[in-house]
Amino acid sequence: MSPKRPTSEADLESLLAAKEVVVMCGSGGVGKTSVAAAAALMAATRLGGKVLVLTVDPARRLATALGLEGFGNVEKQVPTEALTAAGLEPRGELWAAMLDTKRSWDELVLRHAPDEQTAMKILENRLYENITGRFVQSHDYIAMERLFEIHATGTYDLIVVDTPPTRNAIDFLEAPSRMADFFGSRLLRWLTLPYRTGGKRGSRMINVASRPFYQVADRILGSQFLEDIAEFFLNFQSMYEGFTERARAVEALLHDRRTTFAVVTTLEGAPLREAEFFCDQLLARRFHLGALVLNKTLPSTLLDREGTQAANVLCASDEAVTGALAAADTERLGDQAETGRVLHTIGESFHNLAVVAKREAELRDELARQPDVVAIVPNLEVDIHDVSGLAEIGHHLRA
Amino acid sequence: MSAAPDLLGRRLLFFTGKGGVGKSTVAAAMALLAAERGKRVLVVEVDAKGNLPDAFEQDRVGFEPREVYPSVWAMAMRTEDSLKEYLRVNLRVPVLGRLGPLARVFDFVATAAPGVREILTVGKICWEVRESIEGRADWDLVVVDAAATGHIVAQLDAPRAIQELVAVGVIRNQTEWLVDLLSDPEITALSVVATPEEMPVSETIELVARARAELAVPLGAVIVNRVLPELFTHSDEEVFEALREPGPTEALAAQAGPGAPTVLEAARLAVSLRRSRAPHLARLRETVELPTLFLPYLFVRDAGLRVTRMLADALADELGL
Repeated sequence: MSPKRPTSEADLESLLAAKEVVVMCGSGGVGKTSVAAAAALMAATRLGGKVLVLTVDPARRLATALGLEGFGNVEKQVPTEALTAAGLEPRGELWAAMLDTKRSWDELVLRHAPDEQTAMKILENRLYENITGRFVQSHDYIAMERLFEIHATGTYDLIVVDTPPTRNAIDFLEAPSRMADFFGSRLLRWLTLPYRTGGKRGSRMINVASRPFYQVADRILGSQFLEDIAEFFLNFQSMYEGFTERARAVEALLHDRRTTFAVVTTLEGAPLREAEFFCDQLLARRFHLGALVLNKTLPSTLLDREGTQAANVLCASDEAVTGALAAADTERLGDQAETGRVLHTIGESFHNLAVVAKREAELRDELARQPDVVAIVPNLEVDIHDVSGLAEIGHHLRA
Repeated sequence: MSAAPDLLGRRLLFFTGKGGVGKSTVAAAMALLAAERGKRVLVVEVDAKGNLPDAFEQDRVGFEPREVYPSVWAMAMRTEDSLKEYLRVNLRVPVLGRLGPLARVFDFVATAAPGVREILTVGKICWEVRESIEGRADWDLVVVDAAATGHIVAQLDAPRAIQELVAVGVIRNQTEWLVDLLSDPEITALSVVATPEEMPVSETIELVARARAELAVPLGAVIVNRVLPELFTHSDEEVFEALREPGPTEALAAQAGPGAPTVLEAARLAVSLRRSRAPHLARLRETVELPTLFLPYLFVRDAGLRVTRMLADALADELGL
């Protein structure tokens, strides 16, 4: 490993050195998980200390490489041997954890319920699993909640968070406040009012304002169903204070100056538009936008004029070209017709890739808002499923 | 399995897949293909990112279908509108304007109550299909750019889930025809879009297994998008390897100029990108016993109608049309 080089203000390594929490975000399929793990590995290797990557749904082989198989919410250290075997000389420790949404919710309920009986009532409610599964983007919320919890222990010098895939990239930013609003809302109280007055089925007290709602809702859903929901919310509401306080604290951590966001994208139309939208939203909400990672990019050599000229010659390769080649290596090159065909394919392939590379360059130039750090990671020719693959991404992240 | 599935012979096609694999574009291409074969098509965008009309170079659409291409109408699913329509048509509860406070309550219940949002989504889609089968609407085909792999089972299973959860009520009574329609192989097919990469393939395999175990919805095809071309035959590849030796590369540079090594390197990259994806394709083929369609990686600048048409042509080839 090379000695720690002097770093300028604007590179990812110094960003990682300056922060305690890095939240990686971006749309699906852009390679967020690998980039998060690579950034954490880079920090553990070069900066030292204890570094945790909190991932949501890693590819199986990557999970295996990080030693995450079969473990839920428990953080595990990636064995130092795994790093040294990949030719790294780590100064610090790399830890990894996978988000287990269901278990995280259970733990949250157990922590905030007023007593064990209420906790059990909630956990055993048949709506509970369903609600925690989808309600107010609960994956997003729970990811941020776990981040808060782990950060609060002070165990790690740096936590890199891989965010869950969301329909909308900003959903998870709003999850904590949405959660707090939900539990504090008048609507929830209003909805559960008939059931809070101690009324049993058939004798519930319904005020004039809510009567039409219950009439329609009863016809659609059946009253028993509605009562189940209300009962669940009543129990859930007992956790109101704990929950809202917690949600506000989570939000405060995301806004803290020790926290930064990195947006990961590919140079394709749709993901890039989403990334730009996300950058704007982050800044509008006064979050710290630390870096933009352009992932899976094609090499810029595809834009070389000389390359284009050579590809043109290859596409049109005539006997002069194949003849000259035959003179250079008669043994392994086939007959001239075959050589000509191969040259044509090679030239055409260059032109094909060049079209995509041009698109990437154009999209990159059009990027309106760029954070100080822009890292470019090439489209690596192999799948990233081990520590050396992550180290290679890390190498590009630093460059 | 390679037999081309008769997707265009059905009335209701769902397309799911991991985020980022090009599900919307494939759904749009299928709609375009059907329209050019004389069908009137409704495309429903469910996970409203709003970018499906991009495939037809049109602005965003709302709940009310709009023609985005000759014989292709597009709509974006909105559960509140779906509820309004449902109340009006089925319960004869007229709702004027926005639902107002009721909408907020609904939103509240819908985020929490199992399957309410899903049933309104699936219900509206199935309703359009039933109306057209019974001659009250004119769709020959409804194409759904459906929820991603993580949510599609919950969405399509909503009618059955509701039947189990809700003992009485109008919704309970009306879930039966939904279940029938969704499970009819003459009418419905669920297809999964993937790319030849580890995660999309894994999610496809898991989803197909779950769908077989938990859903009555018939599976259509696996559609592999963005398949890189195989550049060389085996013997051509030997020639290519020989060309990369110092001697021939030098000779080539003498003919084609100093850019020749760059061009050779680009071809090597193309070969190895294709090769690194091959194991995922193989795993998919071995594991998923479904007809598999392959759509090429398109070397183009950006999405748009031209890309949609290229994919529609590729789909036609793969479907044996």
